[in-house]
Amino acid sequence: MCLAIPGKVLEIDRTTQPTMGTVSFAGIQKRVCIEWVPEVKVGDYVLVHVGFALNTIDEQEALETLKLLSEMGDLAGELSPQVPGPADGSHGEDGRQESKDRPRRTP
Amino acid sequence: MKYVDEYRSEQAARALSAEIRKATTQAWTIMEICGGQTHTIVKYGIEDLLPPSITLVHGPGCPVCVTPLEIIDKAVAIASRPDVLFTSFGDMLRVPGSAQDLLSVKASGGDVRIVYSPLDAVSLAERLPDKKVIFFAVGFETTAPANAMAVWRAHELGLTNFSILCSHVLVPPAMEAILASPTNLVQGFLAAGHVCTVMGYEEYIPIAERYRVPIVVTGFEPVDILQGIAMTVRQLESGTSIVENQYSRAVRRDGNRAARELVRKVFEPTDRKWRGIGEIPMSGYRLRREFSSFDAETVFELQDITAEESPLCIAGQVLQGLKKPHECSAFGTRCTPEKPLGAPMVSSEGACAAYYHFGRFRTRPAS
Repeated sequence: MCLAIPGKVLEIDRTTQPTMGTVSFAGIQKRVCIEWVPEVKVGDYVLVHVGFALNTIDEQEALETLKLLSEMGDLAGELSPQVPGPADGSHGEDGRQESKDRPRRTP
Repeated sequence: MKYVDEYRSEQAARALSAEIRKATTQAWTIMEICGGQTHTIVKYGIEDLLPPSITLVHGPGCPVCVTPLEIIDKAVAIASRPDVLFTSFGDMLRVPGSAQDLLSVKASGGDVRIVYSPLDAVSLAERLPDKKVIFFAVGFETTAPANAMAVWRAHELGLTNFSILCSHVLVPPAMEAILASPTNLVQGFLAAGHVCTVMGYEEYIPIAERYRVPIVVTGFEPVDILQGIAMTVRQLESGTSIVENQYSRAVRRDGNRAARELVRKVFEPTDRKWRGIGEIPMSGYRLRREFSSFDAETVFELQDITAEESPLCIAGQVLQGLKKPHECSAFGTRCTPEKPLGAPMVSSEGACAAYYHFGRFRTRPAS
């Protein structure tokens, strides 16, 4: 239930009570309460839960994390043993779950 | 989708997996608090990316799972009234009460509707003045501001036909209850990222100090979870126990102050019973006295209901991390998502449903 999804702010309407905005989630647009993110600008990303923006996404922090991860990713080939893909519940054609040594697609 | 896809990178996941394997020298038990994190862990097979000496146990952070049976029975009683329009998030409709669930009330002609936001319930109350509109206000700190805003808005609009059936729960008291238990197995926590988006993480600092347990505020994508585990393992291996923030793109130290302030105006802490666990002191919110006219339990003068859980269901032990779902004798046979005995089999965030959908063919034993 604590699901929250990042979306891009397309419009801000400060005439309403509480303040509302239009947010796009990969193309799907929703009206969202933006009362608690007064600093938000069109083009920013917000984290939305049950129709409310809980916070703006900090792009600088996100980039820092990604930079760290990509540096680690460069090392992955040297460090990593063979690891399985995600257990998405999918089965092979024979009805059994795919075995760990068969590569699987990341969903 | 920006801020989602990059945190599902296979390359980053493999690198983190390697780092965790390299850092781990002994057995550790780590609990993720939030049901959304449980869902990610089971769906993406995160446990298969960890060394066998690391055990993940699944915490009580699924509001659908911990809402007491008595509250479900009260919801059913209110929703069955002809003058009522009962609104709820969709995942509460199939939670079994002692006799029936909300979906069967709807099937019998009750006006039960799913809403996306609590504000949608307020709009319905505005549009339909002849109906008593109730919103089923369950959830953790993440959802509390939205529910507080619904009550605040109804108050501003002067609505007399809107109320909430409130069963809010709070994360830190539940963590302390787990840590204080003599049967506790948990040595490190992944704290719930979206709860901390609202509340910040200062309240976890004394818990980490008192119980000498590392707490890492963690996001919800597979790479977030792996990074949270890597940070927790690093602390466990070095003997440190502090609060760290993996989910810094969404969580600030003091959370969202405006949202917290509205919660403080509308709600106050109260003792709360957790389904399968029992009462935990000051572990929930109730409406403040000045908003009691929006409290459905007051409006409908409901008597206290006592209800018995199924004796087969071990949800309480699953929610405290003491047992895994597939260790239950009813798992996947007498208890399935289509016919659940306990709430963790209902919600997609419930550990039992996650295991049923994604993990029931797994062979790795729960250590």
